[in-house]
Order: sequence, then C-alpha cells, then structure tokens
Amino acid sequence: MLQITNLHANVGDKPILKGLTLSLNAGEIHAIMGPNGAGKSTLGYVLSGRPGYEVTEGEITFNGQDLLGLEPHERAAAGLFLGFQYPVEIPGVSNVQFLREALNAQRKNRGEAPLSGAEFLKVAREQAGALGMDMDMLKRPVNVGFSGGEKKRNEMVQMGIINPAIAILDETDSGLDIDALRIVGDGINRIMRKPDKAVLLITHYQRLLDYVKPDFVHVLDGGRITRSGGPELALELERDGYKELAA
Amino acid sequence: MNEDMDIKDKAAWDAADRVADYEHGWSSDIETDFAPKGLTEDTVRFISAKKNEPEWMLEWRLKAFASWKTMTPPDWAKLNVQPIDYQDAYYYAEPKAKPKLGSLDEVDPEILRIYEKLGIPIAEQEVLAGVEGARRVAVDAVFDSVSVATTFRAELERAGVIFRSISEAIKEYPELVKKWLGKIVPMHDNYFATLNCAVFSDGTFVYIPEGVRCPMELSTYFRINAENTGQFERTLIIADKDSYVSYLEGCTAPMRDENQLHAAVVELVALDDAEIKYSTVQNWYPGDAEGKGGIYNFVTKRALCQGKNSKVSWTQVETGSAVTWKYPSCVLNGENSVGEFYSVAVTNNYQQADTGTKMIHNGKGSRSTIVSKGISAGHSNNTYRGLVRVAPNAEGVRNFTQCDSLLLGSLSGAHTVPYIEVRNPSAQIEHEATTSKISDDQMFYAMARGLNAEEAVTLIVNGFAKEVLQQLPMEFAVEAQKLLGISLEGSVG
Repeated sequence: MLQITNLHANVGDKPILKGLTLSLNAGEIHAIMGPNGAGKSTLGYVLSGRPGYEVTEGEITFNGQDLLGLEPHERAAAGLFLGFQYPVEIPGVSNVQFLREALNAQRKNRGEAPLSGAEFLKVAREQAGALGMDMDMLKRPVNVGFSGGEKKRNEMVQMGIINPAIAILDETDSGLDIDALRIVGDGINRIMRKPDKAVLLITHYQRLLDYVKPDFVHVLDGGRITRSGGPELALELERDGYKELAA
Repeated sequence: MNEDMDIKDKAAWDAADRVADYEHGWSSDIETDFAPKGLTEDTVRFISAKKNEPEWMLEWRLKAFASWKTMTPPDWAKLNVQPIDYQDAYYYAEPKAKPKLGSLDEVDPEILRIYEKLGIPIAEQEVLAGVEGARRVAVDAVFDSVSVATTFRAELERAGVIFRSISEAIKEYPELVKKWLGKIVPMHDNYFATLNCAVFSDGTFVYIPEGVRCPMELSTYFRINAENTGQFERTLIIADKDSYVSYLEGCTAPMRDENQLHAAVVELVALDDAEIKYSTVQNWYPGDAEGKGGIYNFVTKRALCQGKNSKVSWTQVETGSAVTWKYPSCVLNGENSVGEFYSVAVTNNYQQADTGTKMIHNGKGSRSTIVSKGISAGHSNNTYRGLVRVAPNAEGVRNFTQCDSLLLGSLSGAHTVPYIEVRNPSAQIEHEATTSKISDDQMFYAMARGLNAEEAVTLIVNGFAKEVLQQLPMEFAVEAQKLLGISLEGSVG
C-alpha cells in the first residue's frame, strides 16, 4: 500500500532522513520508535507533504501512485491522514465547520458528491460519541482551549470522520493519561484495524502498543531504519533502551 | 459617442473574461445619457433639472458647490491617492430607456438582466415564488446615477413605511427630507460630503413611522456601469419613535483601467427607542493585481442616535475599491443610546483602506461597541482609525473597542490609530488590539485535512472575522464569506 524507498529528506539545509526504506501492506499496523531527533516527525511531515521538508532522493508510492507529486490536500484526498503531535488551533472556526469543509473538499477532489449538513452531522455525532466527546465540543473552535488530551482525542474524532486508508499518527499517545490512552487506543483499533487500511504509529513508548498491537516494529535512528521486528522488539527497547540496541 | 462606448465596453468585457478575479467586473451595453463632462455650476443645475427638483433643493446644491470650490481634500488618512481631476469625469449618467419607477415591467430588460447576473432579487414575483418562510427583501436598484426600481412598495406602504429613491422623496415628502437632510452630516462636514451635496444624483430614502417594525429587510444595490462616471448617492433613513428597520447595501462596478470616484453620504436618525441596523457589503472593483484602476471610495456615513434608548448598528464588509476612506459613526445624543460598529476590511494587491468609526458620546449612559477586523495581503495597506469621545456631561458612558489585524505575506501593512477623548471621569473605556499572521502551522493543518491553500486561507480568515460576519443578515453572511475568499485569491503562494 505504502512503499518508501531510499528516502532522503532535508529540513532547510540539514539532512534528516538518510536512506529510509519501509513498506506497509493493507491490514498492517507498523510502529516506528526511536530516540529524539531520529527523524520520526520529519517522516510524518514528508509523507503528508509539509512545505519546507524537501525530498532530495528516493521515492514514495501510495497504492502505486507517486505520492511526492501530490499537494498535501491531494494526499489527504487520496486517503492519507496525519495525526498531529501538536494539533493546531484555528480560532473562530468550529470543529464541525472545519471537518465538514475538509471532508467535502476531499470528496470533491475524488469526484464524489458532498455530504449534506444532516449526513455529516450523523457521522460526526457517531464518531464523537465513540470517543467520549460531546457535540458541544465539536461545535467549539478547532482545538481552541482544549487540553492536551482533548486535542489528541479530537484528532481521533477527525480520523474517524475522515475515515482514511492510511493513518500516520505522530506521538498520538503523548500527553495522555491512562484512561485517555485506552480511549484513543480503542479508537485506532476501531477505525483503522481493517483489512483495507494501514497505520504507521510514531511513538516513543511501549505503552500505546499495549492497546494497539503492532504487526511490525521498526527502529528509526540517524535517519534510517536500523532494525525491524515483531511486537517483541518494542518490549526489548523498553527494557534496554536505544543505546543498548545501537551498541 | 455611443459607438465609441460600445468599443470600450467590448474591451472591458474582454478584459473581464481575461481576469476572472473580479466576479462583477463585466460592464453592459446600456445606452446612457451623460451630463456634459466636467464640474461647474451648470453641472449642478443640469442634475437638479434632470431630477425636476424644487427650487430649494437647487439652492442647497449651489450653496454646497460654492463651498466645495474653497475646500481642499483631507490629507490625514494613511492613503496614497493620486490627485483627482474633477473636470475629467461625468457627474451624471442615466440609462437612456428611462424606466418608470415602481413598475418593473417598464425597466429596460437589459438592466434587469444585469441585476439578475449580480444575483439580486429585483423581481418581486421571483422573490415571492421562493421558498416558503424565506425572508423577503425589498430592493432599491441604483444604476449609475438613477434609481431604476424600488420593489415591494405597496406592501411597505400598508405598513406605513416609505421606501423611495431620494429623488422621489424630495418631491413627495419635502418636509421630511428638509427636516433631516444635511442635519446629521452637515453640508460642510468634509470635502467629499460637500461635493456629494452639490452633485448627488440618487439614492434611497426610508421613513419608518412610530411604533412600526419594518416587515422586511430593505436594501439598495448600487451599480456603477458607465465609464468615467462618478457615483454620488445619498441615503437618508429616519426611524421614528419605537420603530425598527434593517437595511442592507451592496455595490459592484465593472473593471475599468481608470479610477472612478464614489463619494456617498449616508445619514441615519433614530428617535426614542428606535433601532436601525445598517449592513454593507462593499465590493466595488478594487483595481487589478498591479494596482491599476479601481474605485476611489470616499464615503461619509453617520448616524444620529437622537432619542433615549435609540440604537444604531453598523456592520460593514469592505473587500472592494482601490481606496477606501470611510468611518461610519454614531453621535449618541440620546440617554442610554447605543452605537455599534462591526467591520471586516480586506485589502489585497495594492488596495488601500483607511476605515473605522467615531463614537461621540453626548448622552448619559450611552454605550458603544467597536469590533474591527482588518485583513491585509499582497502589497496592501489597511488602517483602522477610530475615535471615542465622551462629552463632559455624559455620565456613565461605556465603550469597548476590539481591533484585530491579520497579515498575509510579508509585504502588507496593518495599522491601528485609536483616538480616545474622555472628558467625564465616570466613563469606562476599554481598548484591545492584536496583530497576527496566518501561521504555517494553521495552513498545513488545514491542508493536511484536505483543503487547498486558498480554501485554507478562506476558512482561517472567516474564522478570524466571525464575530463581525455573524452580525450580518443570513443572506449577506453567506455572500460575505465567499467574498472574503475571492478577495484573497492569489494572496497565498
């Protein structure tokens, strides 16, 4: 589904990713772990096309399509979702308005008819309910005045409404207490654990993986994948740390 | 001259096709009668004669003209305006097939088509045939210098509401007009207002009698069509005791390479317990991306909250014009009277706006709210200029001012110039101001969810302007939201 081959990328003049190769098939959940500064968030931004993150070498295909030739909104329409580590506030724009416009922009891009207000609200209500968020919160401006945990939960509500083919979740577990972690983990499983979908979990810690069982775990260090394995690799990292592994 | 006009109109059409940035940039082949070019006492007499005005009106105009000749344009605004050659313009342009007012059947079908193209519901039956429960709007359509139609007249008259072109009102209701014309904005108020007194051609007159809540929204749509023509309209709205009216004003003009002058005067009076809500969506042609052409919009708007508990609320969405110089104000004479000013001003490319309000608190317990949202993109400059004044005898006055600027790109300017003059120690005055930019984070967040760059900007800007947009009547709010997006096209790379 997603094929990353020998990816090199710069932020400004600084090379961050240095020959990263990774392949995700439909139905798989992959976790990427690694020390600070390894390039984890950069990978998420490069995949979603953030300006300022320049690919200097390598290629990325998504369902056979050249992803690098697409604008961020086109990647979203193609089915790629980025869950932000730091979700952004947009004052004066309600969650409902934001998501409805975003979803309908994606649908338009795909040549689908827009959802009516009523159809959209039905979906939004279901998804918010499943994540324990009330409609009042959906009517509030995007992320404005939300706690860290609420912002992350809101990302999952957005993911549920948009219903992407692939989700890149950048430290979705950071800033969550145990209860919120479980809710978010359940959300990821419910929305994304499907034969036709895939997930790339970017995380520092094992604890999210207690709730969302990965099929594969990769260590990202120095801008490339240094080791890959099954779920047991995450436990090993938790026990021994990255230093031990590198040694 | 008509053949020449046709050729030029064709050129304008072609230009409009080439540059789709300005949606209403087309012009139309309407045969037009002009006053002789230039501005002399004869021009003033010509206009007055065209309107069959009574002698007192002509004298008033001539007095204004004599004063105007001794005046100089104001230079205190943060605007860079080329000197205007007042002799190189037409001051009166009238569609040749002169319609009989009040009967749409006799309006030139071409003019009706223009309003249709602008999306303005001028035909009553169409409005009536609309969705049940939909709000109806009565329209005064002003085309160049002439009001071509006012709708829903009969129904309004049953409610006692007078909704007329100002030309008709001068003849039919001279006492009402005489009582208030020039009383809110005095003849010598400023250069452009004085010019308007001399050469105003048409506009709208509204009278809401005591105790009447106007049964529908009233609106005027201004369209400058003819070339080299200034538009000088004059609006007078009188809300008698305990009455209410909501009035909307919209304006567009074709794309022309030269600058065209628009110098309007709007006067509002609210007596005891009366309320006027005045909304404007100003979308005059802003000039092209290089700053060529566009409307010079020098407008004087003022409301007199004369009665106790009277209230006037100005809401404006200013997206058009090459230059905007406009300060809709409230003179709060009445005890416990209320003035409000909600403004969104967008400037892009080389547009310049210097706009704001004056809240003059003379009445005890009078209150005012000012919310101004300025959005600057391209090479444009956007200034908020506002005065809050509290008279010595005005006890217990309150004002709240919030003034936010949003910058797009690094070449635009936002400026805030508040003047606060308080002569009574009991006053409570609050002023808040912010300046911000649309952040890369916000843009990318919206784009990662599926919006393209322009959709993202439109969304963020609408969020920024929400407090003001939600003051607009529903029909206008939707139009205004779209307009903000259109005005900012090309402002993101």
